[in-house]
Amino acid sequence: MRHVVLTALLLLASPLLAVQPDEMLSDPGLEARARAISRDLRCVVCQNQSIDDSDAPLAKDLRIVVREQLKLGHSDAETMDYVVSRYGHFVLLKPPVEPATWALWLGPFAVIAFGGLALAFWSRRRTAAEVQPLSDIEAAELAALSDR
Amino acid sequence: MKRLLFIAPVIAFVALVGVFGYGLTQDPKKLPSALIDRPLPAFDLPGITPGGGFASASLKGEPMLLNVFASWCAACPQEHPMLTRISGEGVPVYGLAWKDKPQDTRDWIERFGNPYRRIAADEAGRTAIDLGVTGVPETFILDKKGRVRFKQIGPISPEDWDGTLKPLIARLRAEA
Repeated sequence: MRHVVLTALLLLASPLLAVQPDEMLSDPGLEARARAISRDLRCVVCQNQSIDDSDAPLAKDLRIVVREQLKLGHSDAETMDYVVSRYGHFVLLKPPVEPATWALWLGPFAVIAFGGLALAFWSRRRTAAEVQPLSDIEAAELAALSDR
Repeated sequence: MKRLLFIAPVIAFVALVGVFGYGLTQDPKKLPSALIDRPLPAFDLPGITPGGGFASASLKGEPMLLNVFASWCAACPQEHPMLTRISGEGVPVYGLAWKDKPQDTRDWIERFGNPYRRIAADEAGRTAIDLGVTGVPETFILDKKGRVRFKQIGPISPEDWDGTLKPLIARLRAEA
C-alpha cells in the first residue's frame, strides 16, 4: 500500500519550470508558440540548456523578448531571426543545413556508409578466401586418404 | 594493401583524438559576435550622472572601446586597471553598465575610479541583448565609422591589449 501511495505521489510530481508565471502570456496559443520557440533557442550563459529550461537571468530576458515579438504579431520564423541576428546561429539548438554545417549533419551518415562499405569489402574477401580450391598436393593427399 | 587496411582505423582514431584534443583547447564561452563589420544597433541611453548618457550614433569619428560592465561583475575589478591604462593611452573608452542600479554603478566608479568618457545605464538589459552580450565584461572595438570590428569576451588582459587590441586600434586609425 505504501508503495502504491508513493508511486502515485511521484507520478504527480511535475518537472520544475524555469518559466515564471509572470512571464507567461495570457493567450494560451501564443504562450504555446513562445514555449516551442524557447525550447529551440540555446541559453548563451549555460550553453547546453535551452532558454526554456534555464534559470539564468539572461535566459529570462530572452524569453520575455520572444514573447514580446510574438505579441507584436511576428511569425515564429521572424521571432527566431530576431534572436539569431543578435546572437548568431550558435543559439539555434537545431542548426540550419548550410555549407558550414554539412559536416555536422552528414558526418554520421558518411561514417556509417564508410563503415558499411569497409565491412562489405572485408566479408567478401573472407568468403573468397574460404572457398579457395585445393592445391594439387592437397588433392593427392585427399585421394590417397580416401583410397584407404 | 592489407597492412594499409589494418592501419587505417588506427590513423582515423589518432586523427579523431587530435580533433577532440584541439577542441578541448577552445573556450566554448567565446562566441563569435554577429555584429562584426556591422554598425552598432541603435540605442540612446541615460547616463548614471545627469546628462551623462550617450547614443549609439555618437560613437564614431575615431576608433574606440565600448566596454560592457556591471558593479556586480566579479571579473570587472580585475579588468579595471587595464581600462584606466587604455584611456590613459588616448583611446576613448565608453561604458555600458549592464543590468545595474545607477546608484550601484556610481558607488563602483567612486571606489575604483572612472576610466570612462561616459557611462550609459542599460538597467533593463535590452541594449545588451541587441548587442548580443552574453556576460560581463565584454568589449566592442569600434572603427571611425562606428562599426563593430572586434569583440573581446571576458576581461582585457595586458597580453590581449598589447598583442591584439592595441595593434587593431592602430590599424583602424590608419584606415580612411
